[in-house]
Amino acid sequence: MESQNPSARVSRQTWYFDQDVRLLSSAVVVGPKEGKGPLANYFDKIHSDLYAGQQTWEDAEKQLMADAIQILLKKAGIADKDVDVILAGDLLNQNITTNFTAEQLEIPLMGMYGACSTSMLTLATAASLVNAGYATRAIAACSSHNATAERQYRYPTEYGGQKPPTAQWTVTGAGAGLVGIGGSGPRITYATIGKVVDMGVKDPFDMGSAMAPAAASTLQTHFADTGRSPDSYDLIVTGDLASVGYPILKELMLAQGYDMDKVYNDCGLMVYPPDEADVLAGASGCASSAVVTYGYIVDQLNKGLLKKVLVCATGALLSPVSYQQGHSIPCIAHAVALEGGI
Amino acid sequence: MEYLIAFVVGGLICVIGQLLLDVAKMTPAHVMSTLVVSGVVLDFIGVYDKLIDFAGAGATVPITSFGHSLYHGAIAEAQKNGLIGVATGIFEVTSAGISAAITFSFLASLIFKPKG
Repeated sequence: MESQNPSARVSRQTWYFDQDVRLLSSAVVVGPKEGKGPLANYFDKIHSDLYAGQQTWEDAEKQLMADAIQILLKKAGIADKDVDVILAGDLLNQNITTNFTAEQLEIPLMGMYGACSTSMLTLATAASLVNAGYATRAIAACSSHNATAERQYRYPTEYGGQKPPTAQWTVTGAGAGLVGIGGSGPRITYATIGKVVDMGVKDPFDMGSAMAPAAASTLQTHFADTGRSPDSYDLIVTGDLASVGYPILKELMLAQGYDMDKVYNDCGLMVYPPDEADVLAGASGCASSAVVTYGYIVDQLNKGLLKKVLVCATGALLSPVSYQQGHSIPCIAHAVALEGGI
Repeated sequence: MEYLIAFVVGGLICVIGQLLLDVAKMTPAHVMSTLVVSGVVLDFIGVYDKLIDFAGAGATVPITSFGHSLYHGAIAEAQKNGLIGVATGIFEVTSAGISAAITFSFLASLIFKPKG
């Protein structure tokens, strides 16, 4: 059963935020394809051009993240000097999107990398810093861009390489959330930090199969540590398992006695229309979970249409060199519980 | 009839390439080099010229014919100038194709911008 007054350290992996830590505001900026998707109404800004008015795709991704942070500050009615720390990450070498964006902000930076799990890695860490009193307000942010991610992890788009149907489509977008104590907005109650799981999948075009066991490990730990079950939540989402990983996760959870059927969805299946052939198995990227969480989920929590949501962001921790040298793909997942109306 | 043969033979070479991608899980670069080297080997054992006689463009258009041309260039120069001819002749037959690829890629890159 769920404990009424858990301590901050629930277990080695699970934290309880015993202060009134809240997601005070959030902002989402996306590219053209995402702006035509079913969640378009929940996004703050839609760029009609993949270049976002810039000369290169890398500069475009930087623009997305900078836009998301500026919109976030505007929505919260504060200036950058009112924020103590920004925790952010992206998918490019040396986290350049994050570092170049933070260069233009007067906010101390902690760059983080968790591949596509960065959205919840940054949010969990931001919540813990705020809960512990090291920061009054913290921003968690991340971004991905379809064309920069293809160049980084697979082949440049210009090369025109064939993709198998298990491949996914990296979301072009950025999401940012402002974390603070008190006020309005969904409460951040728990975070469960994942362990690296590697089941030996070597195909960078099949991330869903590779990441599902990592998500299952984190979710099972979360339920065991908190005394909660899938039914404790109105909605549980994984970050980007898409149509290949989604059924695998359900099966892995059911094998351990957790029936996810009624509450489970995957952000990778929510960003694009179901009949969009280009995206193959579905969406991926840091922005997959970020745009769904900071757009749709926060909106539904604030409106009271959802009460308790668990976001489990999934990351494939490969590098182009590691898979070219024949290594399998280590994966990780981090989960954060968001609760509205309390 | 010769169109049909060209279509079928060319198609079969592409089927091999697709199988290397999907079943053998090779990367596009590995598939390309494998097909080029196969063209060299098939020419060495005297098969590729016969395939061209039989299938025409069905055998000259796929990338295997690049291997066949490399082999022909190298052998022709080697017969004239000895072993050094392998190095000087290898790109002789294919030089027009390589130059065209570089030139047209350059021109395209001046005019177009990738869309993603």
